[in-house]
Amino acid sequence: MKAYSIPENIAISDSGFIFLPTTGETFTLNETGKTIFKYFQQKRNLDEIINSLLDEYEIDRLTLERDLEDFILRLKSLNLLVEL
Amino acid sequence: MSKKIYERPIITKNQAGFLNKFGSSSIVKPKVEIDGILVKDLVNQWGSPLFVISEKKIRSNQRNALRIFKSRYPKVQFAWSYKTNYLKAVCAVFHSEGSWAEVVSEFEYQKARRLGIPGEHIIFNGPDKSDKALLTAIKENAKIHIDHFDELYKIIEITEDNNLKANVAIRVNMDVGVYPKWDRFGFNYENGEAWQALKRIAVSKNLNLIGLHTHIGTYMMSADAYRIAANKLVDLAKGLKNNYNIVLEYIDLGGGFASHNTLLGQYLPAEEVVPSTEQYADAIASSLFELSANYDELPTLILETGRALIDDAAYLITKVIANKRLSTGKKAIIIDAGVNILFTSFWYKHKITPANETGIHTEDSAIYGPLCMNIDCIRESIVFPNVKKDDLLVIEYVGAYDMTQWMQFINMRPNVLMIMQDGTVELIRKAEDIDYIEQQEILPKSLKLS
Repeated sequence: MKAYSIPENIAISDSGFIFLPTTGETFTLNETGKTIFKYFQQKRNLDEIINSLLDEYEIDRLTLERDLEDFILRLKSLNLLVEL
Repeated sequence: MSKKIYERPIITKNQAGFLNKFGSSSIVKPKVEIDGILVKDLVNQWGSPLFVISEKKIRSNQRNALRIFKSRYPKVQFAWSYKTNYLKAVCAVFHSEGSWAEVVSEFEYQKARRLGIPGEHIIFNGPDKSDKALLTAIKENAKIHIDHFDELYKIIEITEDNNLKANVAIRVNMDVGVYPKWDRFGFNYENGEAWQALKRIAVSKNLNLIGLHTHIGTYMMSADAYRIAANKLVDLAKGLKNNYNIVLEYIDLGGGFASHNTLLGQYLPAEEVVPSTEQYADAIASSLFELSANYDELPTLILETGRALIDDAAYLITKVIANKRLSTGKKAIIIDAGVNILFTSFWYKHKITPANETGIHTEDSAIYGPLCMNIDCIRESIVFPNVKKDDLLVIEYVGAYDMTQWMQFINMRPNVLMIMQDGTVELIRKAEDIDYIEQQEILPKSLKLS
């Protein structure tokens, strides 16, 4: 199972506001995005993240996996996520 | 404990300094129904993609345009521009509103005749009219708009050989201060070619000179160009009256009024920059009144408006095939309608709206069609809400040219429906199938595989 990590210098607020100090860029996450982002920060692997989300949210596994694929690609393209 | 409501994870990059004076985009209101019929019900029955045309909208567009022109000039006749959309049902609606037919080929002429339009109500334009087509049009008293001297002399020859009289006008091209200048059709005004052609017609005993025609361009964003055009035709008409005592039956200002579709590269939305029909009408009517104070001598104003009367009466419903990320991280939405059926996406930024409620989050996205060809791009960049596979989208302003310039390429052309005035739905063109496509093909015996 693939694992990802969030670069150490990235800060996220409780409201889901992200600051990237190297470029000065800021981003906003929605509630689900914020939860996932924090799991990545805790260095949980993808399986653990999926299982936690399935426990927490009213969603089926396939839809969640599909959405996660897209979210991960998006975070990587924004330099907010690194594949380990 | 009950679980939390799930919303797809979304990250939005905050941008400073990009808001323009018009503010940020408003929340997308879904296009759930067309003329009172649910988009999803239409697709469940007729499939996707699906063209849907509103009879009610065509009629209101035509009546509105006629009212605007008639309130400014007493004699107005519209002629439906077949090339804009020549589906029988569409033409029939325009004809039932009193429009004549404006055709630019033998094929379109035949379509009008098959619908029952008499020759005298057909305006035959275009640079390519075969001898056979000309003979038919002359015999049926069609109004032939001559494009070049070769055609003029051919008509003289046909009428003399067959002892017939032809009703003719000439198409005039001119400088109206708009570029690019359309000078490839008809006879030029400024260099005297148009007057030379008129003189030749005036002395020909087999030709009835009944009108003058111009078509200054397409998607004209200046109403004043029509004033200039009308003035120049009025000048020619005065010359005919003074020199040959010919009183013209009509002056045909063609079409070219812009619709409310926004062009690629146009910054402001079309609604804000395109002249209103009233402005076009004011410009034209004021010039025509210059011609005569005598009502009987005033020519009928013919208009061949196409795009502005049909564009917003048609919709293309399409289904999301997939979402994906491009190498740059940009989102791409793939839909089941390609450029083969939405030709106008090469020059328009169509209005595209989901047919169901979406979240408030939007993202800069590209929209691609289903064709396995790089050119199949419906929109390079559009701020669009999150849609998922199988969601329906509605593309608006697709009535003009899409259903005539479409092509069978990789995929076939879909069903076309018309929502009738009474709310019923009629299939007006069947989706193509492989039998339809292959019926014109012949496989040589020697190439048959076992």
